[in-house]
Amino acid sequence: MSALLSVKGLVAGYGGVPIIEGINLDVQDHEISVIIGPNGAGKSTLLKTIFALTARSEGGIDFAGKDITGLKTAELVPLGISMVPQSRNVFPTLTVDENLDVGTYAAPPKDKEAVRESVLALFPDLRDKLGQPAGELSGGQRQMVAMGRALMSEPKLLLLDEPTAGLSPAYLEIIFDLLLDIRKRGVTILMVEQNAKQALRIADNGHVLVSGKNFISGAGEALLNDDAVRRSFLGGAAA
Amino acid sequence: MEMTGLLFYLVSVLIAGGIYAVLCLALNVQWGMGGLFNAGIAGFFAVGAYASAIVTTAVSSKHLGGFGLPIPVGLLAAMIVAGVTGWVVAKICVRLKSDYLAMASVGIAEILRLVIVNESWLTNGSLGIAGVPRPFGDLVHGREADLLYLAVVWFCVLSVYILCQRLYLSPWGRTLRAIRDNEDSARAAGKDVDWFRLQTFVIGCAIMGLAGGLSAHYFKFLSPSATEPLLVTFLVWVMLMAGGSGNNRGAIVGALVIWFIWSATEIFTSRLPPEWVTRSSYIRMLLVGLLLQFVLQKFRSGLLPEKSPKIRSD
Amino acid sequence: MIDFINLYLVPGLTIGSVYALGAVGISMIFGILRFAHFAHGDLMTIGGYGVLTAVWFIPVHPLLLLPFGIALAIVSALAVDQFFYKPLRKLPTIYTVIASFGVALIFRSLAQLFWSSGNQVFISGVRMPVVLFDTFRISELHMQVIILTLIIAIALHFFLTRSKLGRAMRAVSDEPELAAVAGLDTERVIRWTWVIGASMAATAGVFAGMDTSMHPNLGWNLLLAMFAAAVLGGIGKPMGAIAGGLIIGIAEETATFTWLSDEPLISPSYKSAVAFFIMVALLLFRPQGLFKGRLL
Repeated sequence: MSALLSVKGLVAGYGGVPIIEGINLDVQDHEISVIIGPNGAGKSTLLKTIFALTARSEGGIDFAGKDITGLKTAELVPLGISMVPQSRNVFPTLTVDENLDVGTYAAPPKDKEAVRESVLALFPDLRDKLGQPAGELSGGQRQMVAMGRALMSEPKLLLLDEPTAGLSPAYLEIIFDLLLDIRKRGVTILMVEQNAKQALRIADNGHVLVSGKNFISGAGEALLNDDAVRRSFLGGAAA
Repeated sequence: MEMTGLLFYLVSVLIAGGIYAVLCLALNVQWGMGGLFNAGIAGFFAVGAYASAIVTTAVSSKHLGGFGLPIPVGLLAAMIVAGVTGWVVAKICVRLKSDYLAMASVGIAEILRLVIVNESWLTNGSLGIAGVPRPFGDLVHGREADLLYLAVVWFCVLSVYILCQRLYLSPWGRTLRAIRDNEDSARAAGKDVDWFRLQTFVIGCAIMGLAGGLSAHYFKFLSPSATEPLLVTFLVWVMLMAGGSGNNRGAIVGALVIWFIWSATEIFTSRLPPEWVTRSSYIRMLLVGLLLQFVLQKFRSGLLPEKSPKIRSD
Repeated sequence: MIDFINLYLVPGLTIGSVYALGAVGISMIFGILRFAHFAHGDLMTIGGYGVLTAVWFIPVHPLLLLPFGIALAIVSALAVDQFFYKPLRKLPTIYTVIASFGVALIFRSLAQLFWSSGNQVFISGVRMPVVLFDTFRISELHMQVIILTLIIAIALHFFLTRSKLGRAMRAVSDEPELAAVAGLDTERVIRWTWVIGASMAATAGVFAGMDTSMHPNLGWNLLLAMFAAAVLGGIGKPMGAIAGGLIIGIAEETATFTWLSDEPLISPSYKSAVAFFIMVALLLFRPQGLFKGRLL
C-alpha cells in the first residue's frame, strides 16, 4: 500500500538555522499517525513545513502520488490537506457558523450544506453555539470549532498541532474519541502530541523525533512497549 | 558679483540647513534612539520660535511681552517652553504604541497651531510678530550679518551634536536603545520604560524648540504660516531616514543633503515658464514625497547607518 | 431646542457622516494591513477632485458623478499600495506608516498641481433649506449626505456579515496567520480592502467638498477626526467606525453649543481639538474602543 503522504529528507528552519534535519516519514491512508518527542525536537516545524508555512531548504514531499514540494498553502488546501494550528486557531470575532464557512473558501465543496451537516454531526455541542462569536467559547469548544473549520474543505489529510494542549483531561478524552470518529470517515490524521501515551494508544503509527531527526518509527502499540521509548519519552513506567 | 551672490545664496542654504540639522538631531533622539514616532515636529518648532520671539522682542501691545531680553535667554526659553510642552504631551501620550503616538502627535501639532492662530493676546494671531532681533544685530548689517548668523547656527548644531553623541554613548542611551529594540525584555530587566521615554521625548522637544528659536531670529518675523506643519515635519523625517536614523552624524548629513536637494530644485523650477512657476513648489513636494519612498525601499539604513549592534525583535 | 437640532445636531450628523465614511477605510486598513493610513484624508481629496472634474464636463448633479471620483480613488489607492506599501509589507509596520505620510504629501501635491490650490465649488449659488413641519430646517445636501451614509452603512453591514469576501476580510483582520492556514488569498483581501476603503473615502470627500468647497487640504484637515472615529469604534470594526464617526461629528458640533451659559462651551475655533481629546482619552482608558476592537 502506497503512502498518502511521503516526506523525504526534509530540512527546514528559521533564518538559516535548521530545526529539522533530514526527516523521512510515511503516512498511510486512513491511519492516525502521531509525532512525539521532547520540546524543541522540531515537531511543529515539521508539520508547518509540510503545510508550506515554514520555508523548506531541502527534501521533497509527495501527497497522494503527486509531488507537492514547493506548493503554497493556498494550493495545498484544494488538494485535500488542512491544518489546525496549536494556538489562535479560531477567528475570535467571527461566529462559529462563520468560522466553519471560512473553512470552505479555499476549496469550495460541491454541497456545502451537506458538509456542514456532517461536521456538525461530529461536534453536536456546536449546534447551539452557531451564532456565538468563537472567541467566547471554552478552550475545548474552540478546539472543536478549529477542527470543524479544517474539515469543511473535505481534506484527505488533517494535520493537527497539539490538539489537546491546555485542555482538561475530560476534554482530552473527548478530542481523542473525535479523532477516531474522524478517521472512520476516511480522513487520515497526522498530529503532534504532548500527551504521548494516550496519543500512542489511539494511533496506528508513531514517530519519535529528537533534535530534528527521526529517532524511531513504528506501530503505536509497539512504541508504547518499546523500552527505550518508554524510558526516555513516556516517563518510565510501563504503559 | 555673480560669485558673491552665489556665495550668499550658499550661506542662506547653510543657515536653513543648520536649523534643519538641529531638528533632525532632535528627531534622532526621539525616533532614532527612543523609537518614539513624533509626527508633530512643526508644533514644537513653532512653540520654540514664538517663545524666543516673545522673550526677545521689544515691548509690544500686540502680543504678550515682549520682554526685550538677550537672545541667549530667548533660545533658552525656547528650549524650556518646548520641553515643558513636550513634557505635558509625553505625560499623556508616551505610553501609546507607535501608530497611536503618531496619530496623537499629529493632533498635538494641530492644537498648537490652533493656539497660535487663535490666541492673539499671546502671538498676535495671523498677523505675526515682527522685529525679532538677530544676534549682534547692532554691530553688523546686511550680508555680513548672515555670515555671522551662519556661525551662530552651526555653533548650535555642534553643541547639540556633542550633547546627542554623549547621550547616545551613555548608559542612558544604551538603555534607551534596549527599550527601542525590545521593550519587553528591557521592562523585564527592571527599566522604567515610560520614564525613559518621557525623558527622551522632552529632550527631543526642547531641541526642536531651539531650532524654532534659531529660525525666528533668522527671519526676524514670525507668523503662523512660517510653521507650515506638514512641510517642516515631513522634510525632517525624510532627512533622518536618508541620513540614517540612530546615527547623529547621519542626521546632520541627511539634513544637509536633503536641504541641498530641496534648494537645488528651487533653482531649476525658478527657470520654468511663468505659468509653471507658481506650481513649482508642488512639483518639489511631489519629488520629496517620491524621494522618501525611494529611501524607504532601497536605502533604509541611510547614508550613515547606525553602527552599534542591534538586537532585532520583530 | 429647535435651534439646537437645526444648527448643531444636523450639521454634526452631516460632518459625522463624512468622518464615518472615511473612518471605515482607516479601520479596515488598520485591521487588515495593520498600519495607520496617514494618506487616507488625501485619498478623500483625490476622490473629491475626480468628481469635481467630471462636473466640468458633464453638467449633472455631482452626486450622480460619484463613480468617477470613486474610480479615481480606487486606482490611486491600488497603485500606491502596489508601488509604495507592498514592498514594505514584511518590515515592521511603522515603515509603512512613514511611507503613507509621504503618500499623503504626494496626493496633496498632485491635487495642487492638477487642480490648483484655491477653493473650488461643485455647484454655485445659494440653495434654500428644506423646511419640515414648519420648524426643522435641513439643507437638501445634508439630507442627501445623511441618508446616503445610512444606506452605505446598512449595505456594508450585510456585505461584511453575509458575503464570502466580507467574511474573509473579517477573518484576515481577526487572525491573519490562521487565515493563511485556511488557504485564504490575503493579497486579494488586501486589494478589496483598498477598493472599499477608497470608494468610501471618495464619497466622503465629495460630501465634504460639497458642504464647503474643494481644496487640496480638505482631506488632511479631516484626518485627525477620522482617526478618532476609528479608535472610538474599535480598530478593525468598520461598523464601529461608522458609529464613531457620527459620535465625533455630533460631539464636535454640539461642544460649541451654549450649554452652560450664553457662551459656547468650547470656542468654535477649537472645534477640531474635540476629536483629539476624545481619541487620546480613549487610547489611554479604553483602547479597544466602544466595540471591542483589536489592540495594537
